[in-house]
Amino acid sequence: MMHRFANPTRFMRVANAILPWAAGLTLLFLGAGLYQALFVSPADYQQGETVRIMYVHVPAAYMAMMIYAGMAVASATSLIWKHPLADMIARASAPIGAAFTFLTLLSGSLWGQPMWGTWWVWDARLTSVLILFFLYLGYIALMNAFDDPARGAKPAAILALVGAVNLPIIKFSVDWWNTLHQPASLVKMDGPAIDPSMLWPLIFMAVGFTLFYISVGILRLRAEIAGARIRNLRLGLTHG
Amino acid sequence: MTSETVIPKPRASRAATRKTRRLYIVLAGMTMLGLAAGLVLFAFQDSLVFFYTPSDIVDKDVKQGQRVRLGGLVAEGSVEKDGTTVRFVVTDFAAELPVTFTGILPDLFREGQGVVAEGSLLPDGSMEADSVLAKHDENYMPTEVADKLKESGRWQEGGEQ
Repeated sequence: MMHRFANPTRFMRVANAILPWAAGLTLLFLGAGLYQALFVSPADYQQGETVRIMYVHVPAAYMAMMIYAGMAVASATSLIWKHPLADMIARASAPIGAAFTFLTLLSGSLWGQPMWGTWWVWDARLTSVLILFFLYLGYIALMNAFDDPARGAKPAAILALVGAVNLPIIKFSVDWWNTLHQPASLVKMDGPAIDPSMLWPLIFMAVGFTLFYISVGILRLRAEIAGARIRNLRLGLTHG
Repeated sequence: MTSETVIPKPRASRAATRKTRRLYIVLAGMTMLGLAAGLVLFAFQDSLVFFYTPSDIVDKDVKQGQRVRLGGLVAEGSVEKDGTTVRFVVTDFAAELPVTFTGILPDLFREGQGVVAEGSLLPDGSMEADSVLAKHDENYMPTEVADKLKESGRWQEGGEQ
């Protein structure tokens, strides 16, 4: 099963079929989600209208972590089974993940100023997410540091795996140590602590962000595969 | 014919062993890394916390004049305003500590709400804060729902601070 889709040509045939649907649904979900979040959902009993930042901040943070987890799995697959597609998926994902992490930090900062009274503090949650951002930047730098992209793949994959240790630290930082950031509202033992009128727009936004990642990911993957083919052709020309 | 069917076999199994070996190397590496990270985080536990609770301040015997961040709930009925100077008591329901602060408080500052005050301890055991941050909890709901919960008596003040 894995070998069947590990072939870039076959994989791209499936991905190209998915792309228009994913792109269309992205617009649909983000449009509906933003409308709900900005106009329909109620103000919070404590935070008032400021709570609307949550509808961007929380899904962006979720994407930042999910994309990194996906990159770590792809990197392990590439190191162990040497699948050519696994590396390309990780490479294509990194800038999207970095953008979502930046959005998380930015929206969090804009939210922290009116609510907490500060743009930034060095508590465990904020610091570990900043480290995640640097891990993304480090990965992108490392995979581009070599003239031959194939040589950058291995060190970048090892960096992605080492950085995966940070993911549980981000998730549980608010439980292990006391932080200024509040504990988890969504993924916790006794169910979400968010009223349904606010939970639904949040879910819409999260689905919209995921579809956005799939759409842009396929586009970037297409470029990665085309780039690899051009490099192979060039090598064929110079050696042939 | 026989040589063709026999030769690929050891080659395939050698490739499989190499893959299995790489799998074990990655698994072992990740386990060691996780263990090392866990030990480091455990060792630095005390410096990774963002604030001390009033009980921590008593337990750890924080010296006067030492800068410290104090976190807890603003005790009900403890807030006294005198111009721009505010006096309030921070509690974790086990110990409490009076705080004095001059300046602008964040919007979320209110009695029963979580706060983090940064400043130094005075000889009388109170704290002179130069910054006060508000902490909010993980519950999100519209005002009407909050009012209904309060009416029906199912409201839990402070939540899981």
